[in-house]
Amino acid sequence: MISGHLLSAEDLTKESALGLLATAKELAAITDGPNKKLPTLRGKSIVNLFFEDSTRTRISFESAAKRLSADVINFSAKGSSVSKGESLKDTAQTLQAIGADAVVIRHSASGAAKRLADTHWIQAAVINAGDGTHEHPTQALLDAFTIKQHLRSSENDLTGVRILIVGDILHSRVARSNVILLTKLGATVTLVAPPTLLPVGVSNWPVEISYDFDKEIANCDVVMMLRIQLERMNDSFFPSAQEYSKRYGLNSSRLRKLSKSAIVMHPGPMNRGLEISAESADDLKSVIIDQVKNGVAIRMAVLYELLGGAPIGAQR
Amino acid sequence: MGVLLSGSDIDRAIKRISHEIIEHNQGISNLVLMGIPTRGAYLAERICNFITEIEGSVGCGVLDITLHRDDLRLRPPKPILPTKLPQGGIEGKDLVLVDDVLFSGRTIRAALDAIGELGRPKSVQLAVLVDRGHRELPIRADFVGKNIPTSISESVKVNLKELDGEDLVELLK
Repeated sequence: MISGHLLSAEDLTKESALGLLATAKELAAITDGPNKKLPTLRGKSIVNLFFEDSTRTRISFESAAKRLSADVINFSAKGSSVSKGESLKDTAQTLQAIGADAVVIRHSASGAAKRLADTHWIQAAVINAGDGTHEHPTQALLDAFTIKQHLRSSENDLTGVRILIVGDILHSRVARSNVILLTKLGATVTLVAPPTLLPVGVSNWPVEISYDFDKEIANCDVVMMLRIQLERMNDSFFPSAQEYSKRYGLNSSRLRKLSKSAIVMHPGPMNRGLEISAESADDLKSVIIDQVKNGVAIRMAVLYELLGGAPIGAQR
Repeated sequence: MGVLLSGSDIDRAIKRISHEIIEHNQGISNLVLMGIPTRGAYLAERICNFITEIEGSVGCGVLDITLHRDDLRLRPPKPILPTKLPQGGIEGKDLVLVDDVLFSGRTIRAALDAIGELGRPKSVQLAVLVDRGHRELPIRADFVGKNIPTSISESVKVNLKELDGEDLVELLK
C-alpha cells in the first residue's frame, strides 16, 4: 500500500508497485461488470490541476475518480486566473480553502508536484501527473500493468522482459518513470535514441544504450515509442523529421522484424508518420488502446490507496 | 479463553450446513456459493466440496467487500483481495454467502452491495459458522453452525487449517 503522495516512481517499492498492479487488476474486473461505479470515495473531492494540455491523463484521472464516486473539479490553466499571473501558491491555497482531498497536478516545471507536496500550502494528497521533463509515475504504472497483462500475466513481476524505449528520452518524463519502475520490477531496459536526445548522466541509469534501432528490434519483447515533443524542441536535435523518422521511427519494415509475441506501446499522443507509422500504430501488436484503458484502473488503484481510508496509524 | 468449537465440531457443523443448504434449495441445480475472504472463502470451499461429494458439482466463488465497507474512512485502507465469480456466474442463481462469524451485520450489508455490482441473483442466503449476536442492522443468517451468546467485550476467533494450522473456534475475553 502507498500513502501520502505519489510524486515519483522512486516513491514506489517493488512490493508497493506490485500491490497497486494487483489492486488495479481487481478494480478493472469490477468496472468491466454491469455496474461501473463503486461507492468507495463518496464525499471526497479531487482536483485535476492541469497547467499543461492533456487528453488521456486528465480524462483518465477524471474517469477513475468518478468510478469511485469522488467529486471531480477540473482546472486548466487556460481560462483560469493563472493566465492573469496567479502563482502556484495562491492557486494551491484556493484549492485548500475549497476543501480538496487530492490534487492531481500536471505542470511544465520539473518538481512542481514535489513543491506542492512539501510546502504547507495544501493538506491534500498530491499525485504527479507529469512535471516538466521529470516524471509521470502513473504512466509507468499503467505501462507496467499493460506489459504484465500481455507478457507475464501469471508471474509475479517482469523478470526477463526485454524492453526498448525509443525516441526522445531527453524530454521524456514517461521514459524516466518507466526506467525506474520497469527495472525495479525486473525488466531489462534498452534506450534507443540519437545521442542528442539522451539526457546528461544517462550512463548512470540502470539501462543499456543503443543508437541502432534496426539491430535492437529483433531482440525485444516490448517496443515503447516516445513522442517527439515538438513543443520542447528549442534546439536542433536532429537534421530533419524525415531523417529522424527513417532512423528511429517504427515503420512497417521494422514492425516485421519484431518477434511474434512482442508488443508495441506508445504513451500518446502519437505523431503518426513521425515516430510511428499509421500501420504500426494500428497493427495487432499495438497495445496502445489497452494502455489507455488500463490507465483508468491504475489511477483508481492509486486514488483508492491514497484516499480510501483514514491515514495509516488511525484507529477505528 | 475458552474453546467454543473443536475441529470435529466444525467438521460436523459444515456437513450439517451443507445438508441444510441442499434441503432448503431443493437440490443444487440453481445453487452457487460465495465466501467472504479470508476465512469465509475457505469455509465456502469446504461446504462446496462436501456438497459436491454428496450431491454433485456446485459453483463456488470469492466475494471481496473491501470497497463497500462503511467504515472505510475510519481506518487505514486495506488491500483489495481478488473477487472470483462462481462458474456460471450469479445472474438468476440462488446464491449462498458464507462467512465465519456473524456479528454486527455490517460485513453482510457490504456484501449485499458488492453482489449488486456483479449481477442480480434470484435469492441471497447467508451461512455462517458462528452467530455471536450484537446485530447493528436487520440481518440474520439462514444457516448457522453454532449460536454463541457473547458479551460485546469478548471476541470470537476462528482458526482454520488452511490459514492457522488447526480447526478451532475460541472465545477471547
